[in-house]
Amino acid sequence: MSSGSNKPERYYNYAYLDEQTKRMIRRAILKALAIPGYQVPFGSREMPVPYGWGTGGIQLTAAIIGPSDVYKCIDQGADDTTNAVSIRRFFAQVADVAVTEDTGEATIIQTRHRIPEKPLKEGQVLVFQVPQPEPLRGLEPRETETRAMHAYEEYGLQYVSLYESVAAYGRIASTVGYPTMIEERYLMSPSPIPKFDNPKMGDNEAILLFGAGREKRIYAVPPYTRVRSLDFEDYPFETQTWEENCALCGAEGSYLDEVILDDAGERMFVCSDSHFCAERRAAGHVGSMADHALAHLEDDQPAVEPA
Amino acid sequence: MAYVAVKGGEAAITNAHRWLAEDRRGDPAVAEVAVDQVREQLSLAVDRVMSEGSCYDRDLAALAVKQSRGDLPEAIFLMRAYRTTLPRFGYSQPVETGQMAVRRRISAAFKDIPGGQVLGPTFDYTHRLLDFTLAANGGAPVEPAPQAVEPQAYPMSTIASVFAHEGLLETDQPTTDAPEPFDLTREPMAFPAGREQRLQALARGDEGFLLSLAYSSQRGWGSTHPLCAEIRLGEVAVEFTPDELGFPIEIGELTLTECQMISTVTGNPEVAPQFGRGYGLTFGHCERKAMSMAIVDRALRDAAELDNAAPCQDQEFVLYHSDNVEASGFVQHLKLPHYVDFQADLQLVRRLRREYAARESAMKEAAE
Repeated sequence: MSSGSNKPERYYNYAYLDEQTKRMIRRAILKALAIPGYQVPFGSREMPVPYGWGTGGIQLTAAIIGPSDVYKCIDQGADDTTNAVSIRRFFAQVADVAVTEDTGEATIIQTRHRIPEKPLKEGQVLVFQVPQPEPLRGLEPRETETRAMHAYEEYGLQYVSLYESVAAYGRIASTVGYPTMIEERYLMSPSPIPKFDNPKMGDNEAILLFGAGREKRIYAVPPYTRVRSLDFEDYPFETQTWEENCALCGAEGSYLDEVILDDAGERMFVCSDSHFCAERRAAGHVGSMADHALAHLEDDQPAVEPA
Repeated sequence: MAYVAVKGGEAAITNAHRWLAEDRRGDPAVAEVAVDQVREQLSLAVDRVMSEGSCYDRDLAALAVKQSRGDLPEAIFLMRAYRTTLPRFGYSQPVETGQMAVRRRISAAFKDIPGGQVLGPTFDYTHRLLDFTLAANGGAPVEPAPQAVEPQAYPMSTIASVFAHEGLLETDQPTTDAPEPFDLTREPMAFPAGREQRLQALARGDEGFLLSLAYSSQRGWGSTHPLCAEIRLGEVAVEFTPDELGFPIEIGELTLTECQMISTVTGNPEVAPQFGRGYGLTFGHCERKAMSMAIVDRALRDAAELDNAAPCQDQEFVLYHSDNVEASGFVQHLKLPHYVDFQADLQLVRRLRREYAARESAMKEAAE
């Protein structure tokens, strides 16, 4: 990607936000890192993308990004989903930053709804886009109440809710945004990642930052932090598993998307993490439908259109 | 290749933008609408976009209306995303609506008040019949309205001054040592919300949402028995004190709509019974919005004293949901891909269905 400095977007400050706003956000990030799992209110700005489309994540990225960073952006685990493409374009233009699809190469990874399959390393930052930062919101609509519940570490309501789920369905029926306890102090929403990804959060080498633009909250899980998914002794936490493997790369134990192939209910399962899948295929791994057009489609698309 | 539509990608986005631009332009055989035409002839759309966009600039608002193809919440979003990048020089002096050059001022409380009832440019008593001459000869010159014989009173006395000598209406006393006002554009919502935070949120709030809340109040869901004491529309001067000068200078002029709603008698052991007030203020001419805002402001003032608040009296309910940029974004984000979440739900439902089927067949066997 060539420099975007002559494009209209660069009539704005580097990385779009003004420097005072970036400082304000960095202060909120530092506070969030100091109190893992605590939701720090911040003066969220209006961004040039709609609320609910990643304004919190974009503000976090804008506050920490520099010209030497390598930026990756995924939505549903994939680099080529429309909103990920749009956000990656934004930073390529307003921050003159190198972009990549390679999880290992990226210094900042912005994500919606997934944690990459490849383990993250020290020095990497994973930025989550968060629609609803309050894990208790579904149980208590009032912010004044939920803030008090966190302050008093009053999480009985959450356990009752999990118990009710066991009573009604015979299991804990929460599938995404599964509630986590951070350092045995703050109940935290992991954002709407599938519970499949929850175990990746604990003791992670990377910094995990969470930004909710519309709700104006930032929170964080610093590296090497204890993250516990809530459960009961007799109903332990469990993650999703599939009977199928990835039809393109044959991976077992990755999170799979279901692709409907025809009107007769024919379907295939493929890795949700598009880069993970492509890397495996490049290494010679073959799935049951490795020749499917989908594999070529992903390979053919460059991350960023040549300028 | 349904998958292509889901995965989208670079080319799809670029082409979609081109198609959008083409649709915005419409039939190229029809003359393109100019921004100044929007500014002059769709002026109430411009007013709403300035009000809810929190940015007083008629040209930019007209551009936003044009660019958004007349979708006003989209135009408001464009204004907001622009204003948030502007540098801030400081606070102006409070504008004096009592000194307004009034174009319209009516009161429903008294048959006549000092300064008189001035209808001004209003739809109020028009018959809502489509004017087909506008379609036929829209270019014909408009006959100017006649000038009043006597000049209008200036300054036009406010409803507060009418009530002042009897103390019938509660008054807001200016606080001399007040801290800088809360700024909703720079700080997150906090509860309990102070009056200035509430008024800012209402001033930026969606007209339709506030209208419905105000209407619900009138129908008994947290009634405030409002009465429109005064609506005024006109121009006020904006004064600013630059550090270099140390005294205020006039830097511009705003068109404002102000509404004072008075409501049921209040009073307590310390204060003699008097009428309470609700306040509405908008940029431009946004009367429906200003009146709705005033009713909701009044309703919110009851909130602290109530256990079972109606929606319009509930601070968190009203203030968290009044912003149409936030609401529109979050409702519409549901069209972004959610297939990771849906796969998780699908898996759970399939599993629960298998368990249900197993239970059913076990029951059947037991019965046989």
